[in-house]
Amino acid sequence: MNIFKKTILTVLVSLLLICNVYADKVRIGTEGAYPPWNDTDASGKLVGFEIELGYELCKIMEHQCTFVPQDWDGMIPALLMRKFDVIMAGMSITPERQKTITFSQGYATEPATLAVMKGSSLESMDTPGSINLNRKGNEKILKTITSALAGKTVCVQTATIHQKFLDSGDVGSVNVRAYKTQDEVNLDLTSGRCDVALAAKASFVEYAEASGNAVITVGPNFSGGAFGDGVGVGIRQGGDDAIGKRDAKLLKDFNKAINTARKKGIISKLAIKYFKDDVSM
Amino acid sequence: MDFDLMFTSFPKLLGATVVTLKLLSASLFFGLIIGLLFAILRLNKNIFINKFAYGYSYLFRGTPLLVQIFIIYFGLGQIEYLRSTFLWVILKEPYWCAIIAFTLNTGAYTSEILRSAFQTIKPGIIEAGKSLGISSKIIFYKIQIPIAIRQSLPAYGNEIILMMKGTSLASTVTLMDLTGVAKYIISTTFKPIEVFIVAGGIYLFMTFIIHNVIKFLEKKYSFSQ
Repeated sequence: MNIFKKTILTVLVSLLLICNVYADKVRIGTEGAYPPWNDTDASGKLVGFEIELGYELCKIMEHQCTFVPQDWDGMIPALLMRKFDVIMAGMSITPERQKTITFSQGYATEPATLAVMKGSSLESMDTPGSINLNRKGNEKILKTITSALAGKTVCVQTATIHQKFLDSGDVGSVNVRAYKTQDEVNLDLTSGRCDVALAAKASFVEYAEASGNAVITVGPNFSGGAFGDGVGVGIRQGGDDAIGKRDAKLLKDFNKAINTARKKGIISKLAIKYFKDDVSM
Repeated sequence: MDFDLMFTSFPKLLGATVVTLKLLSASLFFGLIIGLLFAILRLNKNIFINKFAYGYSYLFRGTPLLVQIFIIYFGLGQIEYLRSTFLWVILKEPYWCAIIAFTLNTGAYTSEILRSAFQTIKPGIIEAGKSLGISSKIIFYKIQIPIAIRQSLPAYGNEIILMMKGTSLASTVTLMDLTGVAKYIISTTFKPIEVFIVAGGIYLFMTFIIHNVIKFLEKKYSFSQ
């Protein structure tokens, strides 16, 4: 073997090694605009419940991790195009998404709720504290909500379980307006363009606190049905090639790490820190 | 490649094209009026009127259309006083906010296109009119404006095409135009390539139509005939 061949071989082997090291670094996609799940601070750093939890899980798995910011409406396409390896972006596990990607077990769940500005007619809406769409006998509550929402402009973030629920027809045909980010929903709820908004409860509570605006949540806490089965880590469906096998292994690793983190009380602790309520599951 | 999805999304996208065309025609109509008005103001000898018109076109040509839409939609919506006035009836609707932003933007470009067209009119033509005893008002309406419009056709055709593509920004303020519906379909199917190819094809077809209409008009009103 001459020197030339040797050099090429060395370069190839070292490239392979570099690739392996690089491949071991798990890239986690997140939105960075959905507090308290994930957010971006003033200096542009990603912060929030899932950022801290993600690093904790990686510590347990002994993987090196890095977070990649990605707009919400392109989250699943970006995962499929391998811009990152997994999603941790407050993404609920739903059958519709499971057609395209797979999820780890859930790590947290948080009810969705309607919100209005103080003084809205919806404040007097008389419903029980919570509604689980997986159970039967919800007709009466849904009817109350349907008549309360009739003729109102209901605002949601695009491509969310909340938009899915409004499109499902469970509360009649409402006038839905979809925004790119939850921030924009909050802005237009304050300005009065939206009569009512639907999102995760914590995002309204967080916004009301941070902005000082009189946003209040009304009606029941929604769960089940279109609202999915908690928030999990989104991962590509495994395959037979190298990346597919790695994806399948990542799914196993994340499931195991979530178990460990739950047992150690890490998820509960972080949930209370960010949500002021144990939303872990 | 999911051809099924391309076929099923086509009629939905075509329906949304109506919204795009409405936005485009409304903003071009109002934009042309504003553009003509400001082009005339630009030619005024009074320095204040002149600078005011220049400032308008400088401002709207110097900032991105997306920023203009955001300021008009989200920015003005944050001013509490405004929300108590009659203006809120219009500004409350994303549709009107988009039309206002597009109109002001295309108006600025149109005013520049028309101004340069006015300035290319040879003084001899105006002098010829004067020597025939035609009043300067009639010279302006019957000679200067028609020539300016003919001169500006190629540049204005470009502006129409740019504006047509610019309307895709309406989806950022919740309007379900061609881009908005395309994004909505993607949000449920997670297949951006197929849907954007169809949407892009529709945009391309609209450009094709506009381009040919302008070409036809250019030929019809060309001076050499």
